[in-house]
Amino acid sequence: MFTATTSSARPKRLALSAIALSAVLGIAGCSQSNPLEPRPGATGDGETIVVGSQAYYSNEIIAELYAQVLENAGFTVERRYQIGQRDAYWPALENGEVDVFPEYTGNLLQFLDPDSSGTDPDTVYQQLTDALPDGLTALDRADAQDADSYNVTQEFSDEHDVTSLADLAGVDVPIILGGNPELAERPYGPDGLLETYGVEVSFTAIGDSGGPLTKAALESGEITMGDVYSADPDIATSGFVTLDDPEGLFLAQNVVPIVSQDLADQIADLLNEVNALLTTDELIRLNGLSTTEQQSSKQIAEDWLRDNNLID
Amino acid sequence: MNLFLDAIAWLFSPERLEGANALPVRIGEHLYYTFVSLLVSAVIAIPLGYYIGHTRKGREVAVALSGAARALPSLGLLTVMALLLGPARADVAAIIVFVVLGVPSVLAGAYAGVQSVDPKTVDAARAMGMTEWQILMKVEIPIGLPLLIGGLRSAALQIVATATLAAYVGLGGLGIYIFTAIPLRQYDVMLGAALVIVALALLLDALFAVLERLATPRGVLAAKHRNISARPNRARETVEPSRA
Amino acid sequence: MNWLWNNLDLVLELSVEHLRLSLPPIILGFIVSVPLGWLAYRYKLTRGLVLTLAGLLYTIPSLALFVLLPPLLGISFLSELNVLIALTIYAVALMTRSVADGLASVDPIVRESATAVGYSPWRRFFSVELPLAGPVLLAGLRVVAVSTVSLVTVGVFVGVRSLGFLFTNGLQRGIIVEIVTGIVMTVVIALILDGLLVLLGRLVLPWTRLDARARRRIPVTTAVPA
Repeated sequence: MFTATTSSARPKRLALSAIALSAVLGIAGCSQSNPLEPRPGATGDGETIVVGSQAYYSNEIIAELYAQVLENAGFTVERRYQIGQRDAYWPALENGEVDVFPEYTGNLLQFLDPDSSGTDPDTVYQQLTDALPDGLTALDRADAQDADSYNVTQEFSDEHDVTSLADLAGVDVPIILGGNPELAERPYGPDGLLETYGVEVSFTAIGDSGGPLTKAALESGEITMGDVYSADPDIATSGFVTLDDPEGLFLAQNVVPIVSQDLADQIADLLNEVNALLTTDELIRLNGLSTTEQQSSKQIAEDWLRDNNLID
Repeated sequence: MNLFLDAIAWLFSPERLEGANALPVRIGEHLYYTFVSLLVSAVIAIPLGYYIGHTRKGREVAVALSGAARALPSLGLLTVMALLLGPARADVAAIIVFVVLGVPSVLAGAYAGVQSVDPKTVDAARAMGMTEWQILMKVEIPIGLPLLIGGLRSAALQIVATATLAAYVGLGGLGIYIFTAIPLRQYDVMLGAALVIVALALLLDALFAVLERLATPRGVLAAKHRNISARPNRARETVEPSRA
Repeated sequence: MNWLWNNLDLVLELSVEHLRLSLPPIILGFIVSVPLGWLAYRYKLTRGLVLTLAGLLYTIPSLALFVLLPPLLGISFLSELNVLIALTIYAVALMTRSVADGLASVDPIVRESATAVGYSPWRRFFSVELPLAGPVLLAGLRVVAVSTVSLVTVGVFVGVRSLGFLFTNGLQRGIIVEIVTGIVMTVVIALILDGLLVLLGRLVLPWTRLDARARRRIPVTTAVPA
């Protein structure tokens, strides 16, 4: 019922299958070298510099700015972009798997020292440099900020006369806050709103980091208030009202590169030049190139660095 | 082991019963998406499967389409559907994604069930003067019922596991705990939520196992045993849906 | 379509990465499930145990497994090893049943004949039973391949780069073309692997082409979890 193979045909078939199999195994074998495994002592001495970024398109653009100036100066750069959020990538920075990472001063400070008190850019930056663990250092902060911010529609703002988070306490309709799932547990989330402003909100989790779903939910009324990052170009184009934060619920969120201590001397000047030119308006423009023009981070970074004479 | 204890502690903490994020609420949402999606899958796939099974037409097309549907990444489909339909209709988007996941299994269960009927049995029914409709309703469907339920069972398990992703587009369900816990690295929460989802899957599995047994006509059970000893290649056995 | 032209190299890079992540779990899953499947087929006692355990593993949502493996195994949270191990577990969970079914599909008369002409149990298993179980194994392997390729995308939530990146990134930026490209490329990779497996089957199992009935033995319903 099955013995159709003749003895002469068999070796040929076997050989063919062996080739097919070894090809498959060969490709599989490539995975042996895992770039994200810890490599002790991988930094410095002309070794590759690993630049990381958060799972956030705007953060990747900044990382790419850093990566390209480093490459332009002759370093070999390995890009590890979009490696989750802070709680996921921070250990990788601490143990040296990643050497350079664009960060935001306030959120990083709150992560490292939940009891910190400063809210303005300079104090936050100062406290951050103190709070950083050994082996990591913060280079100069940029003027550019990209902070969580609570936004409402123009209609809501007009109807309830709300322009600040403090005004929300007087609003007599239920407020639904929408944002990434983990916002529910963040210090500036629902609990922080209640504590700082006496505003009670319910929470809807939408996992697109203040992206189109969050913004559409705000427009359609699914949520009353959305957590959208302040450098999002859509805030202006959609006519959302970003509520003022007089009590400093949100900390200053200046862009700052966190780098390995042993690399800092070699690369500080290069990255500081980038940060000196990076303002919030510039960042909003770069983000717009990504969302509206759909350009790649590589192209956005290259054009911007060239326009500013930071690479040749 | 410590992590397990922490997860159990998280699960049975009184806080799990409080507020909008309470465990029963999330379980309810999770089961809601599962059942609605399963129902829609059944409504689409059962008639189609019976048509294919009875007429023996279009099986190749169904197999090819099912294969392609299985290759569709649920996460990608979910994000694109949510973007296209908007957050107000995100539930519809999610249900469409879960239906795409469920239909191949139910479809295969339906037509495999009908096709598992011995052609001689069908011929006998025809010779007795049954109409095609009567053959389908009185012979093919009852005999094929266990395989259909097997298909539904397999679909239910896939959907209940995949419904975890619903939280990504703002729909809640048990995935919300996992998506919240990942950035915060709360492993006890992740494990606790995973345990609840596994428990739901096991409950559904047990439910369908009982239904499958109840649905098997006694005559078929007896015949099946005879069949196996008479036909050692057990062609029928291997057509049985491989379960998740 | 702007996005696609600007990012052809990214799409290519992610596709290669995706394929690279997909292959080891499929191959490892197959290797591990052969002895497990045999256990499930051979002894009634182990059958229930092995198949129940496999079924149980399969119900764990992939997202949960990806994030739980690092603390359980003590590996780095960022390591793609998480995703490789998790997907291998799913592959084993699916494949074990196929192996058991495949071995059960071997005609007992053939098995007895092999014993009668003096095959040792070991040799009989590898040169008679396993090849004859081939069609069912192949069908199982095809399902494993397609499901693995699809599941790799979920790894993006734990920072493992694959085509899944295009889903989360596309959602943040609101670029539908980006997400659709990710879906299309995932399906293309799945179909290519599936085609290669069919080809491999023709080479290794030439007799199945003569036996049209073998098609019927393909398990028709199979599961793909989140």
